[in-house]
Amino acid sequence: MEWETVIGLEIHAQLATRSKIFSGASTAFGAAPNTQACAVDLGLPGVLPVLNREVVRMAAKFGLAINATVAERSVFARKNYFYPDLPKGYQISQYELPVVANGHIDIELEDGAGNMVGKRIGVTRAHLEEDAGKSLHEDFHGMTGIDLNRAGTPLLEIVSEPDMRSAKEAVAYMKRIHELVRYIEICDGNMQEGSFRCDANVSVRPKGQEKFGTRAEIKNINSFRFVEKAIDYEVERQIALIESGGKVVQETRLYDPDRDETRSMRAKEEANDYRYFPDPDLLPLVIEPSFIEAVRATLPELPEAKRRRFVSEYELSPYDAGFLTASRELADYYEAVVKAVGAEPKLCANWVMGDLSANLNRDGKEIGDSPVSSAMLAGMIKRITDNTISGKIAKEVFEAMWNGEGDADAVIDKKGLKQITDSGAIEKIIDDILAANPDNVAAYRSGKDKLFGFFVGQAMKATQGKANPQQLNELLKKKLSG
Amino acid sequence: MHNKTLAELSAGLAAGQFSSVELTGHFLGRIERFDGSLNSFITVTAEQALAQAGAADARRDRGEAGPLTGIPLAQKDIFCTNGVRTSCGSKMLDSFVAPYDATVVEKCAAAGMVMLGKTNMDEFAMGSSNETSFYGPVKNPWDTAAVPGGSSGGSAAAVAARLAPAATGTDTGGSIRQPAALCGISGIKPTYGRVSRYGMIAFASSLDQAGPMARTAEDCALLLGAMAGFDPRDSTSVEREVPDYRAALGNDLKGLKIGLPKEYFGAGLDPAVAQAVQAAIDEYKKLGAEVVDISLPNTGLAVPTYYVVAPAECSSNLSRMDGVRFGYRCENPKDLEDLYKRSRGEGFGAEVKRRIMIGTYALSAGYYDAYYLKAQQMRHLISDDFKRAFEQVDVIMGPTSPTVAFNVGDKTDDPVAMYLADVYTIATNLAGLPGMSLPAGFVGNRPVGLQLIGNYFDEARLLNVAHQYQLATDWHQRMPHGFE
Amino acid sequence: MALERKDVENIAHLARLAISEADIPEYARNLSSILALVEQMSAVDTAGVAPMAHPLDAVQRLREDQVTETDQREHFQAIAPAVEAGLYLVPKVIE
Repeated sequence: MEWETVIGLEIHAQLATRSKIFSGASTAFGAAPNTQACAVDLGLPGVLPVLNREVVRMAAKFGLAINATVAERSVFARKNYFYPDLPKGYQISQYELPVVANGHIDIELEDGAGNMVGKRIGVTRAHLEEDAGKSLHEDFHGMTGIDLNRAGTPLLEIVSEPDMRSAKEAVAYMKRIHELVRYIEICDGNMQEGSFRCDANVSVRPKGQEKFGTRAEIKNINSFRFVEKAIDYEVERQIALIESGGKVVQETRLYDPDRDETRSMRAKEEANDYRYFPDPDLLPLVIEPSFIEAVRATLPELPEAKRRRFVSEYELSPYDAGFLTASRELADYYEAVVKAVGAEPKLCANWVMGDLSANLNRDGKEIGDSPVSSAMLAGMIKRITDNTISGKIAKEVFEAMWNGEGDADAVIDKKGLKQITDSGAIEKIIDDILAANPDNVAAYRSGKDKLFGFFVGQAMKATQGKANPQQLNELLKKKLSG
Repeated sequence: MHNKTLAELSAGLAAGQFSSVELTGHFLGRIERFDGSLNSFITVTAEQALAQAGAADARRDRGEAGPLTGIPLAQKDIFCTNGVRTSCGSKMLDSFVAPYDATVVEKCAAAGMVMLGKTNMDEFAMGSSNETSFYGPVKNPWDTAAVPGGSSGGSAAAVAARLAPAATGTDTGGSIRQPAALCGISGIKPTYGRVSRYGMIAFASSLDQAGPMARTAEDCALLLGAMAGFDPRDSTSVEREVPDYRAALGNDLKGLKIGLPKEYFGAGLDPAVAQAVQAAIDEYKKLGAEVVDISLPNTGLAVPTYYVVAPAECSSNLSRMDGVRFGYRCENPKDLEDLYKRSRGEGFGAEVKRRIMIGTYALSAGYYDAYYLKAQQMRHLISDDFKRAFEQVDVIMGPTSPTVAFNVGDKTDDPVAMYLADVYTIATNLAGLPGMSLPAGFVGNRPVGLQLIGNYFDEARLLNVAHQYQLATDWHQRMPHGFE
Repeated sequence: MALERKDVENIAHLARLAISEADIPEYARNLSSILALVEQMSAVDTAGVAPMAHPLDAVQRLREDQVTETDQREHFQAIAPAVEAGLYLVPKVIE
């Protein structure tokens, strides 16, 4: 039987605020245990929550960025359950009336024949909630330690429609959301620190069947690679189970990256009855149209619009545009280079995507830490376009700049890399080479065109690569034919 | 000294007739002498009180005293007090030394008031007789066979017996007004949002409201002025200026329209209580008020509605009592579930457990609409009853409680009978309206309370209406025997 | 609605309350009588009535995003039943 996979994702994006969603405690990562858990975060008797304005602004910004409705009125509810990392015995979340609803985002996937195919993924809702603390399972005389620093950290839970049909689509969607929340600066996207993580709802059904199969929820996946692997594993598990006569049960599962498998979370398996009800300590959140308009004014150009503009304005391929807009910082860098050079956007793109990216990767650096600034790279590219150096020599210049040896002009000067453009000097070199290789000259002239490369190589060797390639080619052709 | 009102004590302190240290020492002495039989305090903070009194005297010497500086007061043990046990009447919090002050406590301290101690109460404010307290029942100073009412029974008994000139209370379904009535003192539950709930251990968050309990309306006005006000730490606190509640006390009542809801005078009301209330109404007529018969048709459903809303909220509010970060923790829990179940099972008393279970049930899958949602709708209808009534009248009057104080043990086996003791007070909490009780006579030796209900934020008028009655009568000056 | 032993056990479990076997019948009786009281609500037709979650028709106030709290771990943990190395201790959590 042929099976179809159905996937929906719930992404938890930690909002990049200074203080917590309902208290004035810091959200900074990495503090000593429980030093950033104030009375409100600890759920001490008598404390009360007050909502952080910034989380509302960020949620609204996200809503606008995915063409969703930002609710004029939304309500905070309590989700009741007992767990040691949940100090109050309930999580403040949004249930019936979320702050953001009915949005979408477009993904692109390669169709197997080298074409990029677009697909729109629905975002059912995004709601605000507080994060829980952390259980530390190192052994404290057989006990578990609880750190509540993370309790009360603001989260935006982004719930997709079950629109994805493969692990690859799920990853593409997750990457798009990841890119977006960083673009609009509401989340640092740091997956290692848990700032961006997701739960995947996975089910399978016979191809052509309309009704969804029973789904399993895979909890807390914190990398793109694990999302793909967890879903692939889970799909295979479900198909094998059904084909051997079993039934998928609705349950929560955990992905274990060490073993590359998902397994049932028995501790939480019992039927959950969260007893949601409106939190009486908080009043309805009303977002005025003026607030939304003020937020709209702060929206940057979004990745998709930027990609389209890069294609039309800089005549880049969709691939190049996608690469360069993967982060706002990279896109800004690229545009700064193009602007400074004032021409050759494709050449600029090649340098950013080529040597620059390779070096960043090699040294594990972010674009913001690049030793070669956009101005330095632009300065170097200008020397290519004005024929001071060749593209090949430029690689040497770039490497020197990367190693802190100064800007392009200083490097060219110091190393004497300036191109030889004096045609008299080049002619002299060619004459010497032709004189030294009469056999090859004869062979070329009798039709062995391929030997042209030999002469170019000899000339470059003689000039240490500094001869202007175009001039060299022209003069060489003239001399050989003559 | 102990027979003086707050206003008189304030004047005495200002005139230098006595110091705060003397005054505080006097009340501490009375607590020492009389509270053994009443059990109105859970914790007496004598040392701290004398230190606060000394500081208040010093403040006065510097010329920085306000009207309440140096005046002693008792705090209901539901308000968190930094460094002082805050038990909420429960074994669960017997070990809970609050690490911070409630806003109400902060405000009283800022006014220079002196805290004598923490008063006894029904466990987590769940009760109408003070019999659910882990620290044992409080006795009614008028008759120690009788209950003082609840949940602020310790505060009411302490003020009635002159162990404190005033006290704080909280009122979720009548917990200020009913004990005030049963102990023969004055108490006001302000409009929801008027007094900050920060640091007040939550029972039912959408109903809870703190207020003053004292012997006179004027004293309530003084103390409410200190307690009320906007608090940025409480999202449900109202940003609205606090009027000078004493300024309007002297207004005459000519033309005042008093509404008498027929539902408050029907079956279930003790005829002797009805008679006392009627006499009070007649007094108001003499003061120039006009009486209008009104109807609050959903009155009978206030108690059923309340017993969904309050337990639902409390079931969630009390989930934080889990034996992990503070409070009672069972011995040797064998696993996590055992820790939760036994800590909570052993730490909470029977009434609290009943209410948690009712609330849990009302919110659980399949029952939410029939119970919780239905109750929220009923709440709307009950509020609308009052809205219509206040289109016709200025204040509503009736009995605070259907009977005078009942005997200790009378209703402990029948929770529903106990719940009906609050039949006249609960609706104002559901609507969020201010309500007040003031002494209006006796049945035998047990006091009767007259209830006044006002429109939203109309506390100044309620206090004015109560004060004018107290100028014309002396019920509020009576004192229980044996506490002279 | 009259509650039975099983109902009481389920509710007590959801609410994480240990109830002794011997007390269950009394809880069942008391809770049933409270529910009978509560069910008087069903006499009223509330179709179309908006639920009222709050006494005041107000909206949520917003706080500025500022860190106002300082570390008070020692103070807060002084009242905790079991702590070690700054952590609250609970019986082992199995995931």
